[in-house]
Amino acid sequence: MNHLGPTTGDPLASAAPRALVVLRGVEKRFGTGTLALRGVDLTIQTGDFVSLLGPSGCGKSTLLRIIAGLIAPSAGTLDWPRAEHDAAGVAHPRLGFVFQEPTLMPWTTAVKNVALPLRLEGMARSERLERAAEALRRVGLAGFEHAYPRALSGGMKMRVSIARALVTRPDILLMDEPFAALDEITRFRLNNDLLSIWRETGVTVVFVTHSVFESVYLSRRIAVMAARPGRIEREIAIEAPHPRDEAFRTSAEYAAACRTVSAALEEAMAA
Amino acid sequence: MTNRIGDDAPSPPPVRRVLFLPAEAWPKILMPLLIGILSLSVWEIAVRVNDVPHYVLPPPSVIWQTLLRDWHSLSVSLGITLQITFAALAVAAGLGLALAVLFAQSKWIELSLFPYAVVLQVTPIVAIAPLIIIWVDDIRIALLICAWIVAFFPILSNTTLGLNSADHNLVDLFRLYRASRFQQLVFLRLPSALPLFLAGLRISGGLALIGAIVAEFVAGTGGRASGLAYRILEAGYQLQIPRMFAALLLICLTGIAIFLALGLIQHLALRHWHESALKREG
Repeated sequence: MNHLGPTTGDPLASAAPRALVVLRGVEKRFGTGTLALRGVDLTIQTGDFVSLLGPSGCGKSTLLRIIAGLIAPSAGTLDWPRAEHDAAGVAHPRLGFVFQEPTLMPWTTAVKNVALPLRLEGMARSERLERAAEALRRVGLAGFEHAYPRALSGGMKMRVSIARALVTRPDILLMDEPFAALDEITRFRLNNDLLSIWRETGVTVVFVTHSVFESVYLSRRIAVMAARPGRIEREIAIEAPHPRDEAFRTSAEYAAACRTVSAALEEAMAA
Repeated sequence: MTNRIGDDAPSPPPVRRVLFLPAEAWPKILMPLLIGILSLSVWEIAVRVNDVPHYVLPPPSVIWQTLLRDWHSLSVSLGITLQITFAALAVAAGLGLALAVLFAQSKWIELSLFPYAVVLQVTPIVAIAPLIIIWVDDIRIALLICAWIVAFFPILSNTTLGLNSADHNLVDLFRLYRASRFQQLVFLRLPSALPLFLAGLRISGGLALIGAIVAEFVAGTGGRASGLAYRILEAGYQLQIPRMFAALLLICLTGIAIFLALGLIQHLALRHWHESALKREG
């Protein structure tokens, strides 16, 4: 694949990669006996954009929730070499999480929804509202601070959700099929905005999707997953340089990458 | 940057207002009113034409006159019934909420205590009111306890359900940010439970009134605490049927007023966000 081309705007181009989180032999067996994940080894570099791509039931959401600490793995380890650790040695990485649904509190305004993580940290009111307003500006929602979620469209709600995930200035942004429920026009626009947020903030992104096209467009690296039991079958680097824009969607390079990833996905599902 | 928010931003359509109320609110007021006036007219005419004695069925006009004439004594009774009703409702709301919060903190407490709340609910108040009136010296407190028993359960069961039905992803989000149980309760579970709590309160408002009236009937005491139910009993013994109807009318109006007031509170509290308070277009 193409290694040449301008590299400006690619957060990883200048610095040597440093591991943010390292998963070794991660396994998850649910109470029902289903083996959701088996032997997952994955290293996520600081500043990287990694997609977990696979069919439904391949455990990609489970893997994301394990990284988030919402689910404990049945076996294997999860190391955060650069994160803060408490006295008991438990890592407390700064996380942002975006669910498939916007998951906003309907009883309060956009700005207060975004300020929630800061409120839970105990930050003073004026400071957290200021930070939340800034995060809303970053996702293009200036002027919508005092709108209730019901007054916002699906795409706008998702922007609020992304602003909430970014407001704590996290090390890693975990996204669980965030745009799957949106129409294609809105999804494309959010794809581009997510890429510019990624470039501007330098946040590491782990993005769960079942769309080959979306994963190729966004990612620097794709972990192709397969089901029964859920596992990572292959990792593919998408070498096309950032920043990427709509022109990339129609380029031959994009089409070629999509073919490669589709073939890998077919192979993984057949295996 | 200017047109970044292209995704369909909805704007509410202008509401057409007639005499300060939305145009479509008027049929909701006028139609029941029309039916009410029609039925009262039929009643009035039927009683007059057939010459029905007033001690069997008084016409609406006589009931109204009696209400005005006896307003002084009836309003005192109304005040007493209202006091008991609101005190019972307040205690039911406070205790129901507190107990529901306790249930939400521990599945074990809920498992152990909830069946007894059900027992309290299914026991007919008429059957235990005499016991309570014997056990409790102060008749007002006895009446309050009876009204409370009737009003308590809808608030408890609704609030318990509400506290447990917070969005699971939001619960995960709170866990992700390592929120304390207290934070989760205050910022997530209580607001999630508000619509169901208010729905419970609306049911309990009517039930508290019924509980207070039933208990007064059972107590049957005059003098110290003579609420509207006692006025009905008294008028019945004396065959003053118009006065009986007047007291009954007051009870009905009180019940309606409580229902409407709690509905208004519900609307004001939820109008910004809850589906129940939103109008759908089309």
